[in-house]
Amino acid sequence: MSTHSGTVTSTRGRIGRRLVDLAAGLGLVYLFLPIFVIVMFSFNQPVGRFNAVWQRFTFDNWLHPFKDKALVDALKLSLEVAVIATVIATILGTFVALALVRYRFRGGQAVNFLLVLPLTAPEIVLGASLLTLFLEPHLVLLNHNFALGFTTIVLAHIMFCVSYVALTVKARLRGFDWTLEDAAMDLGANPTRTFMRVTLPLITPGILAAALLSFALSIDDFIITYFVSGPSTTTFPIRIFGQSRTATPPQINVLASMILFGSIIVLAVGTLLGQRRERRLNKAT
Amino acid sequence: MNERDDQGRKRARLSPWLLLGPGMLFLFLFFFFPLYTLGRMSLSYRPSRFANPKFGWHWDNFSNAFSQYGSQFTRSFVYAALATLLALIIAYPLAYVIAFRGGRFRNILLGLVVVPFFTNFLIRTLAWKTILGDQGTVVGVLRDVGILGPTGTLLRTPLAVIGGLTYNFLPFMVLPIYVALEKIDPRLIDAARDLYSNTWRAFRKIVFPLSLPGVFAGSLLVFIPAAGDFVNAYYLGNSKTSMIGNVVQDQFLVQTDYPVAAALSFVFMAIVMVIVVIYAFILGTEDIA
Repeated sequence: MSTHSGTVTSTRGRIGRRLVDLAAGLGLVYLFLPIFVIVMFSFNQPVGRFNAVWQRFTFDNWLHPFKDKALVDALKLSLEVAVIATVIATILGTFVALALVRYRFRGGQAVNFLLVLPLTAPEIVLGASLLTLFLEPHLVLLNHNFALGFTTIVLAHIMFCVSYVALTVKARLRGFDWTLEDAAMDLGANPTRTFMRVTLPLITPGILAAALLSFALSIDDFIITYFVSGPSTTTFPIRIFGQSRTATPPQINVLASMILFGSIIVLAVGTLLGQRRERRLNKAT
Repeated sequence: MNERDDQGRKRARLSPWLLLGPGMLFLFLFFFFPLYTLGRMSLSYRPSRFANPKFGWHWDNFSNAFSQYGSQFTRSFVYAALATLLALIIAYPLAYVIAFRGGRFRNILLGLVVVPFFTNFLIRTLAWKTILGDQGTVVGVLRDVGILGPTGTLLRTPLAVIGGLTYNFLPFMVLPIYVALEKIDPRLIDAARDLYSNTWRAFRKIVFPLSLPGVFAGSLLVFIPAAGDFVNAYYLGNSKTSMIGNVVQDQFLVQTDYPVAAALSFVFMAIVMVIVVIYAFILGTEDIA
């Protein structure tokens, strides 16, 4: 009796297992469907201004990826914003993470909670509240008015990246062996030397991961940026949004595909290097 | 000697705050303080259409926000809830298979989940507009099969908007569930099997309850941005599917009726924050992060 029911469940179990695999496979297909369309339409030769209906295969768009000057300028601006915002957010966020992981102090739990809050606030509220800040007439911070533009965009991007950086670095620092620092100090290294030669190299992968994340967040952000950008500062997403009402040139798809493939390469190289590093560390210990 | 010791200890007490200082000051200036200016703006009024708003305890901005845009509020939360549920249904098997059957390919599979999101949010949504377009294959097939009438469309329907929201925030569901599943000690499942539990029962009694923190975190990470989004409704919907994000965006940037727009965003944030605080109270902040 018991063996009988056992075989029955195992067949049922096998079917169930197949169904779960199938569901996961379909999930991946769903994830990649629009990506496939984006890449495919980068080879389309659209009729009219909208690249929305498949017409004819062409290499033209890839041969002239930078044909749309305004789009390329927008992409350049996005890269510039992302680099500056990432550098500043990574420094600020890493310091916060170090403080939280290394020291036990009153208010640490509260700081944790305050860090999570910006991540849980809807983007539209973040954008709207920053806009009201920058519009505030008697708030002439540092004696000059915040005209909406480059500065306000960078400030906004740093704001939403800091929490992500702090939490990512913090997560990576959990389980870090702080006695290594004591060892370095015992061997005569001063605090600066200890930090530069021991701590920093060990926490660098976590910081790099956080920097990559904040770069990706910054370059992709539309909603917050839309609220705090001025008429003469058009980032890549804002250009696409503004343009999409009147035209969608296939160069959008070409540039998007380039960014996609570039990111995949960065991710792959990063993973490989990380694995090699881990193997080396395992061998060393 | 004693003095130096004292100084050293003092410095140790001070140094976390020195490290925290710049970052937290930044967050205070550009996250917390703007919420105050938003609140102030929501109680202001405009003396005339193009005049700068003046502060003056105008609570009627809030009642106006509710009475005029109640349907958009409801729609936002209903759409976001449905998108969250759909994302959960799609993400769970995916996270489960990666965590328990990914083996050597775990990292590659995880990478595959994230890779689609390296293309811009707007471009992805535009791609869905192409896929669901009236001249597209999907609508063609659905019309041929008779699921859609001969003039039926997918674009400009609630279904398209909810589908877009589900898609755009899906990784935020997959990753936390994966993290929760990955933490589960496989010996627990072995133990259940040794005690004659079948796979389904082991899943129901052990795996699923242990993955709940991931499910909750993922739900929040999908629900919040989905409720506040205006891009999906803009590209995939029509005026009958507009969400609170569309109204806020329009009031702020097109109508420039800042007080009403601020009141709208404030009410919206208050509702979301209540949900988050209840949630943080139940699970603790560590799990959200």
